[in-house]
Amino acid sequence: MPRKILPHPGLTVLLTLTWLMLVNDFKWGSLVFGAFLGVILPLLTAPYWPDRPRIRNWPAAVGYLGIVIWDILKSNVSVALIVLFRPRAGLRPAWITIPLDLDTPEAITVLAGTITLTPGTVTADLSADGRALLIHCLDAPDPDAVRDDIKARYETRLQRIFG
Amino acid sequence: MVIDILISALLVIGGVFGLVGSYGLVKLPDLMTRLHAPTKSSTLGVGGVLVASMLMGIVAGDLSWHELLITLFLFLTAPITCNFIAKAWIARNLTPQDLPPTGTPRNWATLDLTEEPVLPALTPPGQPGRPS
Repeated sequence: MPRKILPHPGLTVLLTLTWLMLVNDFKWGSLVFGAFLGVILPLLTAPYWPDRPRIRNWPAAVGYLGIVIWDILKSNVSVALIVLFRPRAGLRPAWITIPLDLDTPEAITVLAGTITLTPGTVTADLSADGRALLIHCLDAPDPDAVRDDIKARYETRLQRIFG
Repeated sequence: MVIDILISALLVIGGVFGLVGSYGLVKLPDLMTRLHAPTKSSTLGVGGVLVASMLMGIVAGDLSWHELLITLFLFLTAPITCNFIAKAWIARNLTPQDLPPTGTPRNWATLDLTEEPVLPALTPPGQPGRPS
């Protein structure tokens, strides 16, 4: 039963690679110990992800990563410009509710992390039934446009990735 | 020569964004707006220095993988730290009237004082014989 020994093969590979990168030098002993960690840790943490969603669309996931990195670069510049040149009184911070169509905790976590890392928005809270996200905007003249933008740009892509 | 200029440019860009992020902490008016400065500007500030360090490693023929790991860990931890600070601040300073409505039957999780479990659909039923 390979599924029983390796419940999460992707995580096993990732942990082994992370260990090798931490050691920063290839040695066979490190590979063996990394592989050991890669087998043990998924077995120990398995109870924490009972129904993990699978990534169904890998090209979309890679494309999403590219978009997020590009948006992080843009958001850094825009936030820096606001900090440097906008007088305090000119800021329009706002709370925005984003109704969620995603329903798995993993997909919601990815969306929340993306929102925090991208232009002028920070994820603050989740509704108790997991159907809405509360976000805070540094400068939002038009809160509805921000909400629609996040839903169109990130959420629809995540729905495609996690199916 | 070209690569030296590139590395220097990356270091300067990283330093400038790190400085702007710290200045944002001083300048912005309250905690929620202050959260924006370090979570964003410092990402590029640290990122610039890390890319410069990797380039230097490649040029010197002594490539180090630690920069990649630092980037990965930073991207994983920055949003979570930010979220925890925001939740603590909401719990201490705000009431449901200060926030927009959720548009769902339940309140925001931090301010939800009912005994019902958060995310009922995602919480597995309690196991028999175990106190819940």
